[in-house]
Amino acid sequence: MTDAISSFGAVGRPVSIHTDDAAKARLKGRYRTETWFKWLGAAAVAVAGLFLVLLLSTIVTQAIPALRQNYLTLPIDLSAAKVDPAKLDEVNYDAIAQEALTAKFPDVTSRQDKRLLRGLISTGTGVFLRKDIAADPGMLGGTVDYAVPLDDFADLYLKGLLADVGSDEAISTSVTPSQTSGDIDLTFGDDAMLALARGHGATEGENGRLTLTSGASSLLVAFNGGTVKLTALSPAANGTVIAKGTVIEALDSTAPAASGQAFLRVIETPEASRKISDKVIVWLDTLKSAGLIESRFNSIFFFTGASREPELAGVWGAVVGSFLTMIVTLAIAFPIGVSAAIYLEEFAPKNRLTTMIEVNINNLAAVPSIVFGLLGLAVFLNFFGMPRSAPVVGGMVLALMTLPIIIIASRASLRAVPPSIREAALGIGASKVQTVFHHVLPLAMPGIMTGTILGMAHALGETAPLLMIGMVAFIVDIPGGFTDPATILPVQIFMWADFPEAGFQQKTSAAILILLVFLVIMNAIAVILRRRFERRW
Amino acid sequence: MNIMTEAGVEQKLSSATNAPSIKMKGEKVSVHYGEKRALFDVDLDVRENQVTALIGPSGCGKSTFLRCLNRMNDTIDIARVSGKITLDGEDVYDPKIDVVELRARVGMVFQKPNPFPKSIYENVAYGPRIHGLARSKAELDGIVESSLKKAGLFNEVKDRLLESGTGLSGGQQQRLCIARAIAVSPEVILMDEPCSALDPIATARVEELIDELRENYTIVIVTHSMQQAARVSQRTAMFHLGYLVEEGATDKMFTNPDDKRTQDYITGRFG
Repeated sequence: MTDAISSFGAVGRPVSIHTDDAAKARLKGRYRTETWFKWLGAAAVAVAGLFLVLLLSTIVTQAIPALRQNYLTLPIDLSAAKVDPAKLDEVNYDAIAQEALTAKFPDVTSRQDKRLLRGLISTGTGVFLRKDIAADPGMLGGTVDYAVPLDDFADLYLKGLLADVGSDEAISTSVTPSQTSGDIDLTFGDDAMLALARGHGATEGENGRLTLTSGASSLLVAFNGGTVKLTALSPAANGTVIAKGTVIEALDSTAPAASGQAFLRVIETPEASRKISDKVIVWLDTLKSAGLIESRFNSIFFFTGASREPELAGVWGAVVGSFLTMIVTLAIAFPIGVSAAIYLEEFAPKNRLTTMIEVNINNLAAVPSIVFGLLGLAVFLNFFGMPRSAPVVGGMVLALMTLPIIIIASRASLRAVPPSIREAALGIGASKVQTVFHHVLPLAMPGIMTGTILGMAHALGETAPLLMIGMVAFIVDIPGGFTDPATILPVQIFMWADFPEAGFQQKTSAAILILLVFLVIMNAIAVILRRRFERRW
Repeated sequence: MNIMTEAGVEQKLSSATNAPSIKMKGEKVSVHYGEKRALFDVDLDVRENQVTALIGPSGCGKSTFLRCLNRMNDTIDIARVSGKITLDGEDVYDPKIDVVELRARVGMVFQKPNPFPKSIYENVAYGPRIHGLARSKAELDGIVESSLKKAGLFNEVKDRLLESGTGLSGGQQQRLCIARAIAVSPEVILMDEPCSALDPIATARVEELIDELRENYTIVIVTHSMQQAARVSQRTAMFHLGYLVEEGATDKMFTNPDDKRTQDYITGRFG
């Protein structure tokens, strides 16, 4: 902008401070900043969305296996010889079910193996059986096919969560066993097995001998109606391989299996690093291929109370506990919170005292929730001697925690009611109370409800304060009232997450999912209320 | 509160024919908003069955004075009123006076139409209902209908009485607010710039209405429009900076005011 000619813009008008080059540069800079911020914002949203998707997908994939449970159908002998119809409560139903199971595997004879076999079905079998017989005495008098829930390890294995299982592959050579049971020798027609064993972690010894320890994958050879687990392989004359093995399921005969008649099953996870032995795997596979195992909707999880056994643990007790607690919370926090808000907003004089109360209510909303738990412990339990672990106390503690949220939300929505409505009512001679209750409160109600629901959702997800008042106790019974010992969903999740059993991992995720569903429902109601009743002035 | 009776109305009508008596009287009325003084010793009479217009530039205290008449200033925490205001000789700031009763006798229409977000019927019926003016549903229906008729709104809304009052046009809403005020059978109606949010046609309707209402009610109106004051009022009071500058018959005020400030304001030289 030094010479005279350039002091005119392109369209021939004089260059002003809004059209000269410096101005254009400034304008460009402004647009650049705008674009930059737009991208930054979009990136932030994308990252947040990504995390949310990641979180939800992890929980959902973890939770899905818990929604189903495997059941084993067994012919249960309920004839009069076993069950005395007059003394139904004295019958050992577990033993009857276990007998039915062991009868399926007649060649399992050692005490240890029998115990292992009995452990395949849930320890709750007897209870279910007793309940079902009580409900339907027609089951008695003969043998019935009855589905019993499998033990958690068996169940997890069948869901593919305990061990990596390769598929059955036909062995392309002949296999000759030396015996039908016990520790036997197997002769393979070629040495392909050697390479396979090496590939699956066999340890190399003298003279090319390969040992499959418990740290290596399990190689199971199934033929002649039985299964042999390989323990060692050594090369022999004529290119054959002689393998040592343990029979898990007895073979029918010592006849050699022709090429393609024997099958090799590889369980990739070494036996030492999984919670289920080869034996159990073979039994389960046998039961499964016999069509006795069936995966069903896991009604136990949804409709029973807590248990130490993962396959018997249900979330219903915690859901009921949460529900009872929320009722107490709502019954206390809503009327007190709304009344306090109405008083402070509409009636209280604006002086130093009310200002201080206001500041303190706002501060209360920021107090760590565990402090409310301590307060509940000190006041409700120790001073008033109320029952431990009871929804009524939990509800009171959560009500204390929710109160400031409700008060703040209610005051905000009362304040949002235009003063013209108050003036209109006062102007025709309505009293203060009439003005508030006939006009202001109804208009503020959607906002108050929204705030309350969000506060309740907050309370529903709260764990810490309830730990303090003993709602972390292990409670099997579903609570029947406000003073019964109970636990709540988030605490149940916390406890399950803490249990060492693998089966609880899925339960934890499934319970989180249930909690999330409740929270989503509550938030959805809040949104609907807001949409539905929002008024514009 | 027996103004509902025939006799009361008769008496009012007869008194309108004679020289108008003083309905409300302000003596040395001062208002403080906290430290700030908004009104300085105003003496002003409101005459029965006349329209008194309060004019003056913004912030001159005319709305403040109006709101003193039915104690709407009570709702503002920091407002403090001194002096004396009487309604039919009774001091309205007397502690013995029930403010609810006072506001039933001295109704108010606001600057911005503010119907309740309820049905048209409910808007009008609310006042009579809380004051127990109707003994039966039929009687209440009658009050609603006559109020809407007096407010000149009935024919426009008779088929949709149960629809929301906020769905009406601005002018209709303001007439609904007037109907709502009338429904309580007040003696005095205060109007705080009732036409400022309305278009000229709606304004003309409301002005017509005010003129009709004068027969039965005493009206005090705050307005920024000189023409409106000239058209609807019988008496005019000019406020400036919290002081009452001049008060008198509207004809005289607009043709031959005593005070130069009134002259200047009316002719548009300031304000």
